Amino acid sequence: MFQILKPGDTIRFMRFSKPASILSLILVLASITTIAVKGFNWGLDFTGGTLIEVGFEHPADLNQVREVLAGKGFNDAIVQHFGSTKEVMVRVAPREGVKGEVIGQQILHALQESIEAGVDMRRIEFVGPNVGAELAENGGLAIIVALACILLYVSMRFEWRLALGSVAALGHDVVLTLGIFSLFQLEFDLTVLAAVLAVVGYSLNDTIVVFDRIRENFRRVRKGGPEEIVDISLTQTLSRTLITSGTTLFVLIALFVKGGAMIHGFATALLVGILVGTYSSVYVASALAIRLGISREHMIPVEVEKEGADQEPVV
Amino acid sequence: MLNKYPLWKYIMVIAVITIGLLYATPNLYGEDPAVQVSGKRGAEVELAIAGQINDALEQANIEVKSSSLEEGRYLVRLVNRDDQLKTKELISDLLGAQYTTALNLAPATPAWLEAIGAGPLKLGLDLRGGVHFLMEVDMDAAIAKAKEQMVSDFRSELREEKIRYRGVREDAKTNGVIIRFADEQTRSDAETFLKPKYPGFVFDDDESEGVYLLKVAMSEDKLKETKNYALEQNITIIRNRVNQLGVAEPQVQRQGADRIVVELPGVQDTAQAKEILGATAMLEFRLVDEKTDVRDAVEGRLPATSQVYQNRDGQPFVLQKQIMLTGDHIVGARSSMDEYSRPQVNIDLDSQGGSKMSRVTKNNIGKPMATLFIEWLPTGQEDENGKRKLVKHEEIINVATIQAQLGRSFRITGIDNPAEAHNLALLLRAGALIAPIQIVEERTIGPSMGQQNVDNGMAAMIYGMLAVVIFMAIYYRAFGLVANTALFVNIIMIVGIMSMVPGATLTLPGIAGIVLTVGMAVDANVLIFERIREELLEGKSIQKAINEGYGNAFSTIADANITTLITAFILFAVGTGPVKGFAVTLMIGIATSMFTSIVGTRAIVNLLWGGKRLKKLSI
Repeated sequence: MFQILKPGDTIRFMRFSKPASILSLILVLASITTIAVKGFNWGLDFTGGTLIEVGFEHPADLNQVREVLAGKGFNDAIVQHFGSTKEVMVRVAPREGVKGEVIGQQILHALQESIEAGVDMRRIEFVGPNVGAELAENGGLAIIVALACILLYVSMRFEWRLALGSVAALGHDVVLTLGIFSLFQLEFDLTVLAAVLAVVGYSLNDTIVVFDRIRENFRRVRKGGPEEIVDISLTQTLSRTLITSGTTLFVLIALFVKGGAMIHGFATALLVGILVGTYSSVYVASALAIRLGISREHMIPVEVEKEGADQEPVV
Repeated sequence: MLNKYPLWKYIMVIAVITIGLLYATPNLYGEDPAVQVSGKRGAEVELAIAGQINDALEQANIEVKSSSLEEGRYLVRLVNRDDQLKTKELISDLLGAQYTTALNLAPATPAWLEAIGAGPLKLGLDLRGGVHFLMEVDMDAAIAKAKEQMVSDFRSELREEKIRYRGVREDAKTNGVIIRFADEQTRSDAETFLKPKYPGFVFDDDESEGVYLLKVAMSEDKLKETKNYALEQNITIIRNRVNQLGVAEPQVQRQGADRIVVELPGVQDTAQAKEILGATAMLEFRLVDEKTDVRDAVEGRLPATSQVYQNRDGQPFVLQKQIMLTGDHIVGARSSMDEYSRPQVNIDLDSQGGSKMSRVTKNNIGKPMATLFIEWLPTGQEDENGKRKLVKHEEIINVATIQAQLGRSFRITGIDNPAEAHNLALLLRAGALIAPIQIVEERTIGPSMGQQNVDNGMAAMIYGMLAVVIFMAIYYRAFGLVANTALFVNIIMIVGIMSMVPGATLTLPGIAGIVLTVGMAVDANVLIFERIREELLEGKSIQKAINEGYGNAFSTIADANITTLITAFILFAVGTGPVKGFAVTLMIGIATSMFTSIVGTRAIVNLLWGGKRLKKLSI
């Protein structure tokens, strides 16, 4: 049979826990600094304004598009290719005194008159400034509520040291994903926010699998200190971790490559999140739990945790 | 015996999968090109008209697949897509302006599937093209109008009751007004008089510089009611107008306290849509000119002070040009039953309108009064400047005899049926918008974009799934194939459930959610299979290893999925539109994948290997 690991050896993950922790700390600080300095390239959903995506019959000259728009008073228009050279996206900030919903049509008419009669309207989006601010507020709230709910659930199911470890890993993943978006100034829109929340869910998924095994091994394996138990558990779950991250990465790459430009941000956020999440369940969650002094005694009272062990199995 | 399911478990698994499959099948049938006919302003398409349409289509040699009359709308399904435009033109020529005809794609779900409530997936606007508006009602304007109303109401009430007041003005600080009196006695008289008449208001006494103040403010409930009324009124008006657009399956929904979502699938011309949604409707009450003969008037012989108008059925009336009252004085209109349980419409005017009405009706008792409805409709043509031409559409919606001198509240009787009374009330309200609305968000997706999004999503799904399936087959061999089977069933079940749940729509992020589920769904199987491998390595018997592999992995799988479910719920709660779509598919995907990858694979494994003497396991 195919196997990623030879059975038997225990990989001593925790030997590198110190440098890894330092690396994580540096990355988190770097991310926070980037976010603080550069901020985000907020998408239309959050800033408000008008966006129009058009399809040309021939590859479009962006400078020409900019000139035409500047002639119509849209000096501030952001013009860029979207997906291919025939597709162009124009974004205009909200302006005083003009109804946002008419700007899209104005731009479309301007392009049809001056560049190509057959310019195809692919999408127009207009978001009022108040709506944008509201969406941003709700989005931030959603992440905080999600983290709180998960902390609650995990601390119900696990000992507090493990709970804290897993939530720290979560925070780590979210901050790093956000950091990448800030560093490369990738557009941050509603779908990216959804992806970040999905990262929260999946990153935890990994951590929980590892912690479940740690808890089990503390009860089963009678010899060895916490570090060894964690090493054993990580080794046992490593192939699962790699396979699941692998299959998830397969589909995310497919989504990134084939899913079209509208889903790029979403796929990017999840790709980063899954990669970071795989690493963090080893070196952030587990390492922190050890640092918090997890030991065998902490696992004894949770004997009842394996609920339904004495009952008819569900499956 | 280990690893044998009782019969009922197999039956349950098969039953659940069959139901999922059944509800997913309508998606295989595609859509019929169709033309939908509906009456304007709630008028219904009647059987006779449907007959006319059928005859006309037969004469024109257009092949009709089937047709149906449902809820007053007539849907004609065609065999050829090329006939669609021709059919639409034919029908709109035949029926004229009283009906709207719209192109539609009707799901070609067979009758037996429709009978069990099955239908194809509902696609979001980002996949089928169309326009989404978010409109906001200006509540400040609604409250300002209500305050204005209070000022004029209190003035006339107190005047009529001969209670001397010094002044009534709006209170800038509260949602109410301040009435000033010279002495305390008058104030308490006024309060005793007004209080029972205005139950939704809070009365407060105050004094400043020798002036006695009575502060009247709307109670919280009254305020809420005022806002609600403004919102509901706008929704009613928008619904009416959207119906005139002739869009198939439009949606007008309330969102939160002051917003309205309008979704118009398939509409590309947002300019036209906006014009119709923002069209101004007006109402006028006018006296019928009884001195002029209608037949003469139609032929052009009528005095300069009169004009001919028609009602919905085309019946002409001669009306005086002079307007008795305009609709903006109407503050409320509702349909009800009179004491003989005949339908009627009760109308409330503001105080200014009331006194105007009472003045004009005083000398015209016994004479007929007409209600004229005026709106500006787009013609679909443009003038030389590229501006759309609008046409003024005038129609008499009611003629009633003035029975007595009318005041602030009066009623229109002699209406044929309750539905018409209801309609009339709606139209009367539409004449006077309490609060203006504005578009705060617009998303338009072109048809090519929608199709491209579908294609991209499908491509991503196919490639992603292929990669996962190949990997699983190589890595876990026979067990990998079992997991792959579960994966396919999982996708079918997601589609089935999405088709079954009424509110679930598939959006582009939703497709991404399904793709993600594909990657994640095998996780449960990976956990189980890895566990079985471990148990085997520990030297356990094959049957015991399978049993404990499934058993030990279960709580881990449950924990991992529940946390993802929590985030999905939060996404659903705070998200809108496409993000909500993502959350829905994620939730459904988690539920179905738990079922297929745990219970489903176990059923196959038990059936194939359970309880047998095996030397080796293909895992």
